[in-house]
Amino acid sequence: MSDEKWSPRIVGFACNWCTYAGADLAGTSRLSYPPNTTLIRVMCSGRIDMQHIMAAFAQGADGVFIGGCHPGDCHYISGNYKAQARVALVRRLLEQFGIEPSRLRLEWISAGEGTLFAEVMADFTGHIRELGPSSVEPDRIQAAEHILRSVSVGS
Amino acid sequence: MEKKKEKRPKGERPKSAPSKRERPKGGRSKIGRRTSEPRIGVYVCHCGVNISATVDVPGVVKFAASLPGVAIAREYPYVCSDPGQKLIMDDIRREGINRVVTATCSPRLHEGTFKKTLQEAGLNPYFLEIANIREQCSWVHDDITEATEKAKRLVMAAVARSRLLESLDVKEVSVVPEALVIGGGIAGIQAALDIANAGFTVHLVERQPTIGGHMAQLDKTFPTLDCSACILTPKMVEVERHPNIRLLTYSEVEAVEGYFGNFTARVRRKATFVDWDKCTACNDCVDACPVKVEDEFNMGLSQRKAIYRPFPQAVPNKFVIQKEVCIKCQKCQKVCQPEAIDYDMEDRLEEIPVGTIVVATGYDQFSCVRKPEFGYEQYENVISGLEFERLVSPSGPTEGHIRVGRKEPGDVVFIHCVGSRDETVGNEYCSRVCCMTTAKQAHLVKEKLPQANVTVLYIDVRAFGKGFEEFYVRVKEEGVSYRRANPSEIYRKGERLAVRAEDTLLGETVEIEADLVVLAAGMVPSASSREVISALRLSRSADGFLMEAHPKLRPVETAIDGVYLAGCCQSPKDIPDTVAQAKGAAASAIAPMARGRVEVEPITAFVDDQRCSGCRTCEAVCEYSALSFNEEEGVMTVNEALCKGCGACGATCPSGCITLRHYTDRQILAQIGAMLTHV
Repeated sequence: MSDEKWSPRIVGFACNWCTYAGADLAGTSRLSYPPNTTLIRVMCSGRIDMQHIMAAFAQGADGVFIGGCHPGDCHYISGNYKAQARVALVRRLLEQFGIEPSRLRLEWISAGEGTLFAEVMADFTGHIRELGPSSVEPDRIQAAEHILRSVSVGS
Repeated sequence: MEKKKEKRPKGERPKSAPSKRERPKGGRSKIGRRTSEPRIGVYVCHCGVNISATVDVPGVVKFAASLPGVAIAREYPYVCSDPGQKLIMDDIRREGINRVVTATCSPRLHEGTFKKTLQEAGLNPYFLEIANIREQCSWVHDDITEATEKAKRLVMAAVARSRLLESLDVKEVSVVPEALVIGGGIAGIQAALDIANAGFTVHLVERQPTIGGHMAQLDKTFPTLDCSACILTPKMVEVERHPNIRLLTYSEVEAVEGYFGNFTARVRRKATFVDWDKCTACNDCVDACPVKVEDEFNMGLSQRKAIYRPFPQAVPNKFVIQKEVCIKCQKCQKVCQPEAIDYDMEDRLEEIPVGTIVVATGYDQFSCVRKPEFGYEQYENVISGLEFERLVSPSGPTEGHIRVGRKEPGDVVFIHCVGSRDETVGNEYCSRVCCMTTAKQAHLVKEKLPQANVTVLYIDVRAFGKGFEEFYVRVKEEGVSYRRANPSEIYRKGERLAVRAEDTLLGETVEIEADLVVLAAGMVPSASSREVISALRLSRSADGFLMEAHPKLRPVETAIDGVYLAGCCQSPKDIPDTVAQAKGAAASAIAPMARGRVEVEPITAFVDDQRCSGCRTCEAVCEYSALSFNEEEGVMTVNEALCKGCGACGATCPSGCITLRHYTDRQILAQIGAMLTHV
């Protein structure tokens, strides 16, 4: 990636059962979307630790995307609700660190919603483009990362 | 285009790489075994041109070779092919590769394939990492530079993660040699019979009082015109008499717990208020019952009583009282000689342990009221396809006489694609059976009322199956008029109806008068199966039907191991296709039961008891009660048999001492770091 032409770098987390499969369906259906997001496959969106999100921002991510199953559809009953609770908390933290909370996006995308996945990718990338590069101070956010290790969010 | 002789795969090997086979030295961490020095092999796939058309594969290989820990990076046209896999195996055996990264299609497609490759070469299968550069890269991006850069980032993340992978031992568990089949239509019946014939016990659960499903409602079947009841009812009886089949009608699966090989289904056996051991099916109760309600088996064309059996050939041939409408007048009780009526009967809950599950929950007919322009509820002579089946069936309310009120219709119009191929109702898909059902029904009108004018208004005629085209031609030759037309409205004209349509061949508006209009209503996912689907955590496709594990290669499996699909719950299909899929689902369900053991993923949570403070936060988030507090040690322990491997506990632990095997914090953080590195 050349520095003169900035392009958003987005870290995505997708649950194995819904959103990762939805992303695959977007591929099988050859739906074109911006290449800025790379996905990390986790078994459940409930696996995503707040620390993971903060680590991504600390290392220069312009956006973080989390995809999980629709409410009621979680393969592990309630992992998506746990993700939702954590995202809400991290958004508040981001604000305090001068990062726009909307740089963190949570979406419910099922295995059958390839089209939605492509749309979300286009929309979120566009949104991050509008916001511009994340101007994060790595030291501060790393401090947050440490704090987060001692914070627990249940469901 | 014929390729040249098999090229020797290009490989880039850093000079420092030892050429002798290096035995991975095993240090065993508490989570799993990790070899001290990773020697990573990266295999970038062209996938024909599926990847190489948008990703610069040699560029990715070169990039991969430069990454720390990578001993070998190669490209190959099809890594998943036999020679492709052999390449990996040779590198593991001869070059001491102890981590494998494939940059290929989605792990959801070939993770299993490559895991076996590793295993065959003597490497633990969990030392595999896949960079998904096809579904999530080459297929969705057009710009070669951008796609290549993304592929590099994905490979980099995979390499970073692979360095931290740990060896895990796959465990085997025994399989309960009994199967659950949900749904007693033709799909469920066939699957149950096949499994039972293979020698395994089957619990066949059906929510209606009888098995048979929609097929029991049909008169004749296309294109052979054999009578539906004649081919179905013997199978129903076979189910009832089969020593290996436990038939649970008037029952619903409420919850399914457990895992492949060891599920537990909670089944609600609804109160029938009739003791089936005593009921002789004499029908006296029905004669006595004063309550009349719409008969759903006859699609509302007739009435039934509050105490009923759906149809005389019902299996089991027993009566039930519909609780919601019964007025408890006790008239049935008085006339019942065997004293089978029991108003105090209550629902019973039963827990059934099973090894495998076949889902065959079928379909609903599209509700024609959603197309108000056709006046379905307004005019009694506008009926749906299934209503026509009951109308024309000798066992139906008119004993097979096609009548509207008392009159035989002189003009009959059929309308195709009602609720199918129609974005206005959200159903883009074709229901696949209605073209031929209509052809058959048009034929039946001509057979019973030779003087009637029969017009079929169609968009296309899809006569794709065995004997379909021949049947369609025959029906046209019998004098049925096919008109390519787009109907817009049905309205009353005098005593009759008129269908306004645009003839799309003539390009003009036409008005066709009719005494009877039959709407070829399509199939929609069964609404009543929603709960069981959610209990099983099955995914749906965009059309709402249940999603198979792979549309081409795993059409009967689901994403959930041990759960298989049969029939219209997966997509609209006709009887032969349903039976074929049911047999496939049965075979898939039989295999693990016959083997007796299945492998279970060793991806479970792990507690570092040196760091665990015993705060018990994780205990509260675990949905499976897999974490318990060890009072003596003051730490948490994981019950691996109960742990499903979601990782929620790891994300919640304030001490960071629980982690999920194969998805550890270190592994995830390594991926994040790599993805954000400039490439």
